[in-house]
Amino acid sequence: MTRAPLHLPDPTLLLAALLAEGIRVIGPAPVQGAIAYEPLDRPEDLPKGLSDSQSPGHYRLAETAPGRWFDYVVGPQSWKKWLFPARQKLWSAERTADGFELGQPDEPWPRTAFFGVRPCEIAAMEIQDRVFDNGSFTDPGYARRRAGTLIVSVNCARAAETCFCASTATGPRAEAGYDLALTELATGTGLLLEIGSDEGARIAATLALAPATPAQIAEAKATSAATARAQTRAMPEAIAGTLKANPEHPQWEDVAARCLGCANCTLACPTCFCTDVEDVTDLSGDHAERWRSWDSCFSIDFTYVHGGAVRRSGKSRYRQWMTHKLSAWHDQFGSSGCTGCGRCIAWCPVGIDIVAEAHALSAPDPSLPAPAPHEEA
Amino acid sequence: MEIHRFEEILAQHPLFASFDTATIALFAGCARHEHFRAGERIYSEGTPADRFFIVTHGDVALEVATPEREPIITETVHAGELFGWSWLIAPFKHSNDAVALNEVRAISLDGACLRTKCEANPALGYTMFQHWVPHLVTRLRSLRLQVLDLYGVKA
Amino acid sequence: MAAPLPTPDPMLPRRYRVTRAKGEIAGTATVELAPIDGAPMTFSPGQFNMLYAFGVGEIPVSISGDPARPGQLTHTTRDVGLVSKAIVGLKEGDMLGIRGPFGSAWPIEAAAGRHALFIAGGLGLAPLRPAIYHVLNNRADYAGLTLVYGARSPDELLYAEEISTWKSRLDTEVEVTVDHARPGWTGRVGVVTTALPHALAGTDPATIEAFICGPEIMMRFTLQALEAAGVSSDHCWVSMERNMKCALGFCGHCQFGGDFICKDGPVFRHDTVAARLGLKEL
Repeated sequence: MTRAPLHLPDPTLLLAALLAEGIRVIGPAPVQGAIAYEPLDRPEDLPKGLSDSQSPGHYRLAETAPGRWFDYVVGPQSWKKWLFPARQKLWSAERTADGFELGQPDEPWPRTAFFGVRPCEIAAMEIQDRVFDNGSFTDPGYARRRAGTLIVSVNCARAAETCFCASTATGPRAEAGYDLALTELATGTGLLLEIGSDEGARIAATLALAPATPAQIAEAKATSAATARAQTRAMPEAIAGTLKANPEHPQWEDVAARCLGCANCTLACPTCFCTDVEDVTDLSGDHAERWRSWDSCFSIDFTYVHGGAVRRSGKSRYRQWMTHKLSAWHDQFGSSGCTGCGRCIAWCPVGIDIVAEAHALSAPDPSLPAPAPHEEA
Repeated sequence: MEIHRFEEILAQHPLFASFDTATIALFAGCARHEHFRAGERIYSEGTPADRFFIVTHGDVALEVATPEREPIITETVHAGELFGWSWLIAPFKHSNDAVALNEVRAISLDGACLRTKCEANPALGYTMFQHWVPHLVTRLRSLRLQVLDLYGVKA
Repeated sequence: MAAPLPTPDPMLPRRYRVTRAKGEIAGTATVELAPIDGAPMTFSPGQFNMLYAFGVGEIPVSISGDPARPGQLTHTTRDVGLVSKAIVGLKEGDMLGIRGPFGSAWPIEAAAGRHALFIAGGLGLAPLRPAIYHVLNNRADYAGLTLVYGARSPDELLYAEEISTWKSRLDTEVEVTVDHARPGWTGRVGVVTTALPHALAGTDPATIEAFICGPEIMMRFTLQALEAAGVSSDHCWVSMERNMKCALGFCGHCQFGGDFICKDGPVFRHDTVAARLGLKEL
């Protein structure tokens, strides 16, 4: 099957083809004033004309992009809410005459397509793939959901002010990790459709599309390049080493004084994976369940051991979150845990900007003696 | 003959080993043999601290008396170790009780005599402190760890 | 010493039945367990299991039995919380859910030929006991065996009878010390570090492989004392403890810098964690 890029006049054609195959399609939907990822039941459910404005502590979705399909970027949710549900029953137990029996819930995962996955979100999924299959253990539920999901990605034709994926090499164009990839061309001229897998090729073939012209291919490339250039934030390249070397930098106190410890950043982050477990019983005490739910390293109880919590100060908790994300993650999973999506910046109620903090932490610690100047001979 | 043996024993002890022969001879002049039976009180809290001890055989308990029940043993001292440092610090009174846990043999040194010699020879006094302070600091650190009650159930 | 693979869904416990329950010191009990179905659990000394008390919850507990007798899975627990209280209260015939074994092990087989020095504080003796058993079972393979054990008081000496047995062996050096005692106790009083010089007298520090387990402060001070005694930190091993919910590296709670205590630890070589042990609230 050909893997040459095709020209897709309208994304709802592809959405319709997926739905016609009985695939559950989850895609962007405006919910309570923000882009969320919800089941799209009909081709016309795909929103059009929307764009967002984002900045530290700020997100607004508005109909400011007439004729455009994908001019908004990422909202507060990410695909992890589907692949790694916020609350999940792990198993249940029933009391028996001589103990208890264990059972696991059926977790139906119909054949699914994620429609409108941004390059930074592909990166986030690939990061979580390494979390939930860490070489020692595999989360079978995650693995099954991930394997049963087609990825239809969208290369970004516009960057929000909070985007910095160009500096983390996770966007704004995906080179892999998708079955099908869309790039929106000039308004009203359709989209470039790139094929990333055999299954993607098979689905594309059902649409009987014309090959993309060299001009369309060039335009898509130029669009991605322009989106990268438009980004105003950049994560310092050496941040992993910088954070490891600066656990006592005074900037930690500074950011801790602003941080509310609300955990919004960890919930919005597409790679944050920490969980808590909860054991519940019914009133009879004969039926018990174990639930797993998203947790946050910003909560004090997170590090509770007999006697008290290890990270008692806000400073230590912020340091943990950021150092883990940008530095320790490399040690654990071989990459940064940050995809440059900017969610933690937009959804921080006090507008803490991880990129600005990273730059502040990259400045020499003023409490340490300055390096001696070179002596002139 | 007796003095000569003290010199040998002191010269082998880490606390005294680095003193020169003349100084060790001076210490030996202040030394005497001690022998305590099991259960015998070596000294009591509040009594003049005119001697300190180097255990050569047996075990000694350092205790603090409590009114309502048996005393608390805060530390035990074993062969090769020292106890009884109150001779160094005014008002030169013992701050706990020392009890022989079994047959104890020790060498004691006359602290009052050493104090006089240090007063007369500040260089000797300084060297004495240099040797005693690490010993006291080790003891202090151990006791600090002890008051943390590391193995208790935390509230 | 690779850990055997756990059950297919690593979050799902296996059921075990208590074959023996024995009270230890106050608030502490040891249970022996056998699987309801399937083969007995093989494990390496220093590894731990997640123990699930029906309807109450799950906690990590180190394995404290003999690795050469996997049919007799043994855990010693102290009742410091709801789940541990339920586990301490288990009786013969009761059922328990278990996931594991998890984590890194004391490299006790690799220490063959060396002088095995175990330094335990309080309940820290429990995770060391499998390694002590291994050395006792294979005593001729080791240049020496020394246990230095510190506890709060004579009443709180774990496995006291067994320690007496070990002490009576001619090929085993045992130093027991307590923080506080009343008259009648004829042993040592003083923190565990004060017993080290005597325990190490006559042993070449270069031959020592030290395995240390106890509260983190106790381990820090012990490591300082070992360093002062000339034991190199790449021959010292510690077992770390942090909050743990999954034991798989999934829940994130036990992170210690770049390591997950649950799967990269709990046993670490001291020089690999020394810098982190000095950082507060890490």
